[in-house]
Amino acid sequence: MPQAHLKVWRGGNDGEYVEYDVEYEEGMVVLDVVHRLQATQAGDLAVRWNCKAGKCGSCSAEINGKPKLQCMCQMGTFEAGETITIAPLKAFPLIRDLVTDVSWNFRVAETMPELKLSPPDADGHRRMHQIDIDREQEFRKCIECFICQDVCHVIRDHPENQSVFAGPRFFTQLANVAMHPLDQNPSSATVAHGFGLDYCNITKCCTEVCPEGIHITDNAIIPLKERRVDEYYDPVKALIRKISGKK
Amino acid sequence: MADIETHEYDVLVIGAGGAGLRAAVESSALGARTGLICKSLLGKAHTVMAEGGIAAAMGNVYSEDNWQVHFRDTMRGGKMLNNWRMAQIHAQEAPDRVKELEEWGALFDRTADGRILQRDFGGHRYARLAHVGDRTGLEMIRTLQQHAVHRGIDVYQECTINRLLKDGDRVSGALGYWRETGRMVLFRAKAVVIATGGLGKVFSITSNSWEGTGDGHSLAMQAGADMIDMEFVQFHPTGMVWPPSVRGILVTEGVRGDGGTLKNTSGERFMFNYIPPMFAAETADTEAEADRWYDDKVNARRTPDLLPRDEVARAINAEVKAGRGTPHGGVFLDIASRRSAEYIKRRLPSMYHQFMQLAGVDITKEPMEVGPTAHYAMGGVRVDAETAASTVPGLYAAGEVAGGMHGSNRLGGNSLSDLVVFGRRAGENAAKYALGLSALPAVDAGEVSERSAAILKPFEGGRENPYTLHRELQDCMHVNVGIIRTESEMKQALAKIDDLRERLANVQVEGNIQYNPGWHLALDMEHMLHVAEAITRAAIERQESRGGHTRDDFPGTSGDFGKVNVVVRLRPSGMGVTQEPLPVMPDELKKLFEE
Amino acid sequence: MATATEVQRRYGKTQRVDRWWVEPAFLGGGLLLFVIYSTVSALILGNSWHYEAGPYLSPFFEPLIKPGWVPEWISPAVFILWAPLGFRTTCYYYRKAYYRSYLLSPPACAVTEPAKSYSGESKFPLILQNAHRFFLYVALLFIPVLWYGAAKSFWLSGEGFGVGVGSLILVANAFLLMMFTLSCNSLRHMVGGGLNCFSCTAVTRGRRRVWEIQTLWNEHHRGWAWASLISVGMADLYVHLVANGVITDLNTWTNF
Repeated sequence: MPQAHLKVWRGGNDGEYVEYDVEYEEGMVVLDVVHRLQATQAGDLAVRWNCKAGKCGSCSAEINGKPKLQCMCQMGTFEAGETITIAPLKAFPLIRDLVTDVSWNFRVAETMPELKLSPPDADGHRRMHQIDIDREQEFRKCIECFICQDVCHVIRDHPENQSVFAGPRFFTQLANVAMHPLDQNPSSATVAHGFGLDYCNITKCCTEVCPEGIHITDNAIIPLKERRVDEYYDPVKALIRKISGKK
Repeated sequence: MADIETHEYDVLVIGAGGAGLRAAVESSALGARTGLICKSLLGKAHTVMAEGGIAAAMGNVYSEDNWQVHFRDTMRGGKMLNNWRMAQIHAQEAPDRVKELEEWGALFDRTADGRILQRDFGGHRYARLAHVGDRTGLEMIRTLQQHAVHRGIDVYQECTINRLLKDGDRVSGALGYWRETGRMVLFRAKAVVIATGGLGKVFSITSNSWEGTGDGHSLAMQAGADMIDMEFVQFHPTGMVWPPSVRGILVTEGVRGDGGTLKNTSGERFMFNYIPPMFAAETADTEAEADRWYDDKVNARRTPDLLPRDEVARAINAEVKAGRGTPHGGVFLDIASRRSAEYIKRRLPSMYHQFMQLAGVDITKEPMEVGPTAHYAMGGVRVDAETAASTVPGLYAAGEVAGGMHGSNRLGGNSLSDLVVFGRRAGENAAKYALGLSALPAVDAGEVSERSAAILKPFEGGRENPYTLHRELQDCMHVNVGIIRTESEMKQALAKIDDLRERLANVQVEGNIQYNPGWHLALDMEHMLHVAEAITRAAIERQESRGGHTRDDFPGTSGDFGKVNVVVRLRPSGMGVTQEPLPVMPDELKKLFEE
Repeated sequence: MATATEVQRRYGKTQRVDRWWVEPAFLGGGLLLFVIYSTVSALILGNSWHYEAGPYLSPFFEPLIKPGWVPEWISPAVFILWAPLGFRTTCYYYRKAYYRSYLLSPPACAVTEPAKSYSGESKFPLILQNAHRFFLYVALLFIPVLWYGAAKSFWLSGEGFGVGVGSLILVANAFLLMMFTLSCNSLRHMVGGGLNCFSCTAVTRGRRRVWEIQTLWNEHHRGWAWASLISVGMADLYVHLVANGVITDLNTWTNF
């Protein structure tokens, strides 16, 4: 059996990297190896995980410096004998080992607008066409692994922005509401509010790391920015509004 | 007790999957102060793994569909052992629960005229599963999660309940610990809803996550609640058996609904050899008819690849035993040679994505290697069909942890609908019960401190590794109480469970109480041992084969056992098993089965 | 012993083991080369370096605006270049590239940035990036102008129709600049992305078709951005070299 050389963060903020050699089998992912490490050498190694199938978004970590899901990182992608460094997400307060306090994300979730749908048709059905919900369904693939939140430099490097900036995960949620064919929220609750969208400088790291392949920047953030331009910055639209006297 | 963090609620909901979230939403809407506890982060519950869809007779695709047909399919899938009233309520209320999810933001795939699209699934007469690609469970959990968050329900994340507390006969609260800090936390409540999901972690090959340790089953049993149908464990027929990174992960029935077919190593579509008489009338007996069925549901009969799960699991097991399986102990599930790559990617996007990413397997190019994996517990807390109340006053149960709804075997798609139908009823009735009580029931301080000490005992020194104990239990259960069972093997399992219980008393965990998975596993082991014993004792009692319970020593179904539930009760003297008659179906419903 | 937090805060500190600096360095270098070249060619040398050769006019000068009151030392390119400069500077793709390469904000994903504080595009001056919509309107006007210049390059006064390497270059350049403009994210919003109901009317269904096609172009906006940047620089260089007699244009005319 091949051996993996792991370097894993152990402890809290005053912890350190500890090196381990762990045997593994072909076809395993990093999380399998971490589990084997846990069962054989480090019984108290703290790691979050649930489905081990890339569907729940629990096992986020930074592997060789890149934010990833441990369950979706195949051992075959490493060179033989390569040191694999596994660190906790760095944008969030460390609890212990590979587990961080991601509660900020849940606090942001409370502030996001809720969908307010127009009433159903007389027969009790709501009619929406597939072509009108394709975009929103892409956003709803989100598994809330918070890797996009972790990699986003707006909060990763400047935690003080957490009070004004919702982060990529919540921009997809905002786009879901803003683009919903039946939603009745006023713009002041969605696009015009913005949730710190202006802080994003579209450097696209969120899109690069998204394990679900959601085009966060191109399909959520930029379209939202463009909707804000409609409201505030479009010279032609402003002129038309002025002439027609409409708000 | 004064030094323990304490919270007080009218209704405490344990578990934040589909059933727990729905219960909490309902309870809170009725004005009950509601607390919601989850072992993981909010939104990570096993519900996210449900792929196929949510069964509801809305008739959007086939207007012939109605609740009676859904009811009949459910009862027949459960081999008539279901609580008929639960199956009826479920079939009647599921369409409204689906529309309610849409109201709250769920975006199901659409029909051409803009209504909710429904897809075919094993055991369902008509295309009935509302779905979102193959990630319906995720859609449901996110919708309920966001709805609950906006209702202002208090959520306790990464908090594990270890014991229910009682005031006389009534439930009075729960004691648990924060996983992050290891500190104890006490919840005082007038009513408790258990919605903890399943117990797959008792077996070695399972689709369940680490959370599926049967906590709720064990908590209810220890609180004195009756358990029924514990012998029925559904082995999903198509779990991946290879490569190791995806072992146990489910391949949705949707793959077969969309054209995938099971083959043995000689390329034979063997399911045609395993059509039971009960389903012969509605199942295609030639490959040509089965292939026609995908496009013509009215004139052709359905493919045997979509027989109920227990039938398919047994068929695969038989093929492998006969030496026609793959070296890794599975059979082939082939959609690659039958449908175009574009079609597969469009119909089954997350299946494609998942196996590509997790294992480098391209399902549009090669067949999958699949076999049975422990998936779902039909048995659980015995509840009243109307109110979801258990036999313990103030204790309610909904979702997988409750028994009766699915009988001896659950149809795919009936789980998500079960969660919202009975989650809502549990929340509603728990709230009504709680609002009818004037004061919080009492909590015994002595019991709390005694239990708190027991929770910390694994740090005191011993020599057993909790991971090793767990592995041994899983292997024992999988071999002896797995998909095929005999009395002698199950008796060995009982002896092993006793042995493991003794060794658990001597368990040792390393490290400290902060976020310590070894410690958490040691505590969960107690639950798993209770659950394993209940499954085994119930399985010994039922001397027949039916649904998710197959006895090598009693291969046929028995008329007598078709009239009873096996009931398990945990008492201070030990675990007892009895046979008790099923509720009797009224004549007007019986007529539905006469055609 | 460094804490996880310290490891993260120190500029440039990252645990990435791949060569993450290659891409921003390469793109930053490429952009710098273009800026230097175009400044020298179009603005500093200006009228002192011939930019017209027969039917060819460098795209930096198209359309040629040369009123008599403007002193000779001011290049006519100043009347043109503000538009593509504004369009490209505020372009969503270029923003990503130069924020990473020049402002190191961030240098690469999961690599700590040097700035102590950050307000993104919420304050002056970066709030001006919202002018992209305005520059898009201008860039759309330039598409026919560039095609006019390309068409003109097939017509040598005195001889009439012909084809030269220069005319082919100008056609390719007009095409690439057009595609860069037509693949713009702002345009994607305007043609259909701003709609919430595609299925409602025949017009919205049509706009959805356009939006879908434009989305295919937009997915390659980066490719169009670099291809057109290189082509416009090469076209300018080619015309200059021909105009100043450094090289000879291959063409069908007898008396170029």
